[in-house]
Amino acid sequence: MSELYFLKNRGNPESKTIDFYLAHGGYEALKKTLKSFEPNDVIEEVKKSGLRGRGGAGFPTGLKWSFVPQDNPNPKYLVCNADESEPGTFKDRYIIEHEPHMLIEGMIISSYAIRSHLAYIYIRGEFVQGARILEEALAEAREKGFLGKNILGSGYDLDIYVHRGGGAYICGEETGLLESLEGKRGWPRLKPPFPAVVGLFKSPTIINNVETLANVPLIMERGGDWYSQLGPNPKNAGIKLYCVSGHVNRPGLFEFEMGMNLKELIYEHAGGIYKGHQLKGVIPGGSSTPVLRPDEIDVSMDYDSLAAIGTMFGSAGTIVMDETTCMVDALYNLERFYAHESCGQCTPCREGTMWMVKLLRRLEHGEGTVEDVDLLADIAGNIMGRTICPLGDAAAMPAKSFVQKFRDEFIEHAKQHKCPVKKDKSIKVTDANA
Amino acid sequence: MAVEFSEAAKQEFAEILNHYPTKEAAMLPTLHLAKREFGQISPEVMTYISQLLDLHVTRVANVVSFYTLFPREPEGKYVIQVCSTLSCQLMGAETVVDHIKKKLAIDVGETTPDKKFTLKKVECLGSCGTAPVMQINDDYYEQLTVEKIDKILDSLE
Ligand SMILES: Cc1cc2nc3c(=O)[nH]c(=O)nc-3n(C[C@H](O)[C@H](O)[C@H](O)COP(=O)(O)O)c2cc1C
Ligand code: SF4
Ligand code: FES
Repeated sequence: MSELYFLKNRGNPESKTIDFYLAHGGYEALKKTLKSFEPNDVIEEVKKSGLRGRGGAGFPTGLKWSFVPQDNPNPKYLVCNADESEPGTFKDRYIIEHEPHMLIEGMIISSYAIRSHLAYIYIRGEFVQGARILEEALAEAREKGFLGKNILGSGYDLDIYVHRGGGAYICGEETGLLESLEGKRGWPRLKPPFPAVVGLFKSPTIINNVETLANVPLIMERGGDWYSQLGPNPKNAGIKLYCVSGHVNRPGLFEFEMGMNLKELIYEHAGGIYKGHQLKGVIPGGSSTPVLRPDEIDVSMDYDSLAAIGTMFGSAGTIVMDETTCMVDALYNLERFYAHESCGQCTPCREGTMWMVKLLRRLEHGEGTVEDVDLLADIAGNIMGRTICPLGDAAAMPAKSFVQKFRDEFIEHAKQHKCPVKKDKSIKVTDANA
Repeated sequence: MAVEFSEAAKQEFAEILNHYPTKEAAMLPTLHLAKREFGQISPEVMTYISQLLDLHVTRVANVVSFYTLFPREPEGKYVIQVCSTLSCQLMGAETVVDHIKKKLAIDVGETTPDKKFTLKKVECLGSCGTAPVMQINDDYYEQLTVEKIDKILDSLE
């Protein structure tokens, strides 16, 4: 696709208003859908498009929707996951603040597809402005008859409410989110049952990421077949927002077809490594995804290509680290994050993250031993696959990969009894475009 | 000391209840409302909310303690939250924190004696592309520099 979709109005403060959106073809996809598509046909169209979830796991969206049991007498719910808190990720915030109607139109079509009449946007509590913008956009949509009773004369009813989180990363995990939305601690639930069958208020529920849902109007407008042609192959189809942060000259948000080359993304679009420094490592898809060495970044940024080299596309939050980065210190930072955000229900996650933090602090401060390096990898291995939710794995994967790929640097910390890296703690000024 | 919502907040609360099939689901929106009304979620506030939502007060306390956005004690008029997660750390978050510490003569977690500023370190604010980042009350401040920080803090009344 040569023209931009998500970022086409970047820099235009009017883009968030319904008048602007309508003047540029907004809500046409909704009109078309309600007029000529049965709910099941929408699901088929989205299946055809090849759209996969943009929240992290990449699960096929249409297939997920088809799991909603239509013979279940309970109401069905759609929940938009706007918790955006995976370190390195800042794409949903752009859509929320600049293209809220794209999300709302996508949610109306998606709710129609799964026959839901009540939907929520669970937005992280810190996004106060974003929540305000969404409230205003929802009011505009209601006023124009896109929400409420008998939408556009179709007989279909839907309400959407904004629900602000309370500040907890784990509420981005879909079942933690549901617990939180029900007014409880965000403690993830054991699966199965999956939310599509037993979700919010014990009823069938579909949870989708902001970017996933905001793709839906485009798919309905141009057709699933058309959408599936974008990107390297039908299994990794469509358009994608890429977030680049860390040591580059031009960090920010970029939109391309799926399959942008990671090296090109960093060196061309993000302006190369900060001040011409040497690259040391890249976390490709948000803090939970295994780190790559510089010799591994000539790779297509899509679900399957990144999986093939042992990492993940995740939330497309690329974090770039240059030669001034100490890999022990970087991992120490990330494991502090996971230890802080562990909900504490599972022993391996609660204790494991805490021990990893202790070991990393020891190593970084020159008090660690060579055995500690292996112990660290060991603890990570003991968390993997032994927890209720994937946060445990999310904490373990960086640890395993950092130790594996930068082992020498970890060992040097132990041998030299100090951090051997010339770190740069100064504030870096860039030409950010987000 | 018994607390009570203002008339406007009572109306907002009634509207919130309309959004959910259960009263308990109104918990987080009610806590946000209470934070705005009372500035903190003290034990009295928890009792009040438990009455509003027909829940035992321990249910409310259990939720409040889980989240970071519901302070149980009063905070400064401006709560400065500096992101300290990886992307921000790479771009100089430690220097940001050190500068604010020195400027306000407080440590992380403390409030200035005039109750104007509270300084906190927080995890990723979802704005990593414009690191380093901080949030003061409802607003984000991005691509921080020492000069920018000074200007922002000096402009707050
Ligand atoms: C610890 C953890 C945190 C997560 N945080 C988010 C998040 O902030 N936003 C999001 O959309 N998905 C997040 N997810 C993924 C969700 O659980 C879920 O897979 C996703 O919202 C499904 O939407 P999708 O199919 O459209 O991707 C997280 C998962 C885990 C395990
Ligand atoms: S893995 Fe961690 S975050 Fe997930 S449920 Fe267990 S303790 Fe909680
Ligand atoms: S790491 Fe600071 S905003 Fe994400």
